[in-house]
Amino acid sequence: MTYLDHAATTPMLPQAVAAMTEALSTLGNASSLHTSGRRARRAVEEAREDIADALGARPSEVVFTGGGTESDNLAVKGVFWARRQADPRRRRVLASAVEHHAVLDAVQWLADQDGAEVTWLETDHHGRVHPDALREAVERDPGSVALVTAMWANNEVGTVNPVADLAAVAAEHGIPFHTDAVQAVGAVPVGFAASGASGLTLTGHKVGGPYGVGVLLLARDVPATPLLHGGGQERDVRSGTLDVPAVVGLAAAVRTAVVEQPVRAVELAALRDELIGSVRAVVPDAVLNGDPERRLPGNAHLTFPGCEGDSLLMLLDARGIECSTGSACTAGVAQPSHVLLAMGVEPALARGSLRFSLGHTSTRQDVLDLAGAIGPVVERARTAGLAGMRRSGRTSLSFETEV
Amino acid sequence: MRVLAAMSGGVDSAVAAARAVDAGHDVTGVHLALSAKPGTLRTGARGCCTVEDAHDARRAADLMGIPFYVWDFAERFTEDVVEDFVAEYAAGRTPNPCLRCNERIKFEALLDKAVALGFDAVCTGHYARLSTVDGRVELRRSADDGKDQSYVLASLTAEQLSRAMFPLGGSTKASVREEAAARGLGVAEKPDSHDICFIPDGDTQKFLGDRLGEQPGLLVDDSTGAVLGRHTGVHGFTVGQRKGLGIDAPAPDGRPRYVLSLEPVSGTVRVGAAEQLAVSEIVATTPAWPSGVPLGDGPVECVAQVRAHGGTAPAVAELVGDEVRVHLREALRGVAPGQAVALYRPDAERGDLVLASATITGTA
Repeated sequence: MTYLDHAATTPMLPQAVAAMTEALSTLGNASSLHTSGRRARRAVEEAREDIADALGARPSEVVFTGGGTESDNLAVKGVFWARRQADPRRRRVLASAVEHHAVLDAVQWLADQDGAEVTWLETDHHGRVHPDALREAVERDPGSVALVTAMWANNEVGTVNPVADLAAVAAEHGIPFHTDAVQAVGAVPVGFAASGASGLTLTGHKVGGPYGVGVLLLARDVPATPLLHGGGQERDVRSGTLDVPAVVGLAAAVRTAVVEQPVRAVELAALRDELIGSVRAVVPDAVLNGDPERRLPGNAHLTFPGCEGDSLLMLLDARGIECSTGSACTAGVAQPSHVLLAMGVEPALARGSLRFSLGHTSTRQDVLDLAGAIGPVVERARTAGLAGMRRSGRTSLSFETEV
Repeated sequence: MRVLAAMSGGVDSAVAAARAVDAGHDVTGVHLALSAKPGTLRTGARGCCTVEDAHDARRAADLMGIPFYVWDFAERFTEDVVEDFVAEYAAGRTPNPCLRCNERIKFEALLDKAVALGFDAVCTGHYARLSTVDGRVELRRSADDGKDQSYVLASLTAEQLSRAMFPLGGSTKASVREEAAARGLGVAEKPDSHDICFIPDGDTQKFLGDRLGEQPGLLVDDSTGAVLGRHTGVHGFTVGQRKGLGIDAPAPDGRPRYVLSLEPVSGTVRVGAAEQLAVSEIVATTPAWPSGVPLGDGPVECVAQVRAHGGTAPAVAELVGDEVRVHLREALRGVAPGQAVALYRPDAERGDLVLASATITGTA
């Protein structure tokens, strides 16, 4: 099997498996006051310190959650509610148009259900959010902005945002800035304090840790209303008995991924460039999406004009090569990506795109496997794409003129 | 063979796929997402493209150990089936969306894509028998008279059918359910789908009314020309309809009145007595020849069928130009333009052979 979908999930690092395995057979609720409880609590606090240390944050800023989606929801809704409660004029949410659904849908929910006014920050054709665009949106009425959220790196096309510059714009007006760094941690250098962000989301299974655990780094001075009420275990911002083995596994993964990041990034970027080069050698009209320079080292997002992504995916899958078409709804239907649409890509072209993402277990053989398969796969998918075109000519396919 | 199994999430397509696997084919399961906004809850037993149906299809594929994907055909389905359905009603005709879906989606859009992707055949859970005799395709009625679906497949061409696979054609529904249970398929007890999948609440009139709005017209007595009432659109009526005509005054003879014909341009709905509904001559166009052979010269003895279930009569059919003229030896009621007439050569042993299907344009 050739696994080229590390951005969906990446194998657990051996260090994380070892740490988690040991913790799984250790008794203790981290909130209990007795010896077992204190032992569990100690493991949690050491994990908290390790994560803070690895990401340039203070331990008290580490809030453990059930994963990236919960962290994003807590940051978006929790900060919005708290800021609006402090000042009812703060009803605006500024969010980039290319956010992951965990942010996108949380923001949209606030707009639909809770009176938020949303400004979707436009991106350039690489999917990059510009500080000027943010400044323009903020300065329309700074006093009415509850929060700003813009991802560190895009999960689909891999474009890395100028997070520090964006955070600085928000900071000028004392507005909290949240960034979804799920794809960034372990892939590019991430420093919480240095970035100037007041909230940062990360999740376990994208950095070689376990599923179902994540972190919201939340600056001490940023108020957030809880989503989950109960024991108040995490700074009273998040309740629920901590999953000690998962927390310990997450910390081991973050520590390892951050230490190895500089070397890994160089290796992966070289492998990725080889992947892009070898695919384009066989399919010359394949288009690389996202910023060619400022992108995640493991991300190659390509459009294959005239093809449908689901055809490509199935044909590659049949040859043992696994990749992604982008976002999928609950029924598993491939929808044209909102990221590509926001970048100005034609819907028909957007549907003909694949994301190949490399990670810590990727090898040159993976790239060679893809290079050997992609030619006939694209040729076949292109025939199928033409077969799928409407005979009446009502099709919206326009690749012949667009590329 | 490399076989693409269309899996609706129901019991039939699941067993059909399982049989294709057992037969040694290399099977891939595909669920077609046909609704742009799939329902999140199964609405009664009727929905056929809800999230739950996709889930059921996926679980069946898991059990068979075959690859499974969901393909989005919502746009094609909307244009070719739903919009066609609405337009046909607006034009005063009575369409059959299942037939259209087989013709344009399952055995055109899906089949074309499957073939292009390297598959040899599309397998479905339809109840109809398909065989190749002397290199020629033969489509016959199912072994289960009650479930026979040859009518909604009869408008497929021989070329389309040559790449179709109906593993359930020789089985009864009851035996298929038993087999599903024996195979451990979770859908063994799932209710049959009925009616029209894209109208989950079954209220066709409301569905059409929402899309076509009000187009008022008159209800006219066909014999006397007397105006009996007004209505809000011809799409609210089908030929043969008796109930819900909205006529206040009883007929002079005290007998029930039925819709005889619809005139979409003037908006006139003609009503009359039951015997006026009787049809013995049918003219139909755009014939399809599922076996690849047009009707022979001169009159052909056959059995005609004018709707999915029931509505059969012995007949004599003749191809004149590109029209099929059918003389029914026993009159049928409720024969409406837009419906298909399928012609069969009776064969009690192997199943009636489908000779042709054509779209009804006129009746007398």
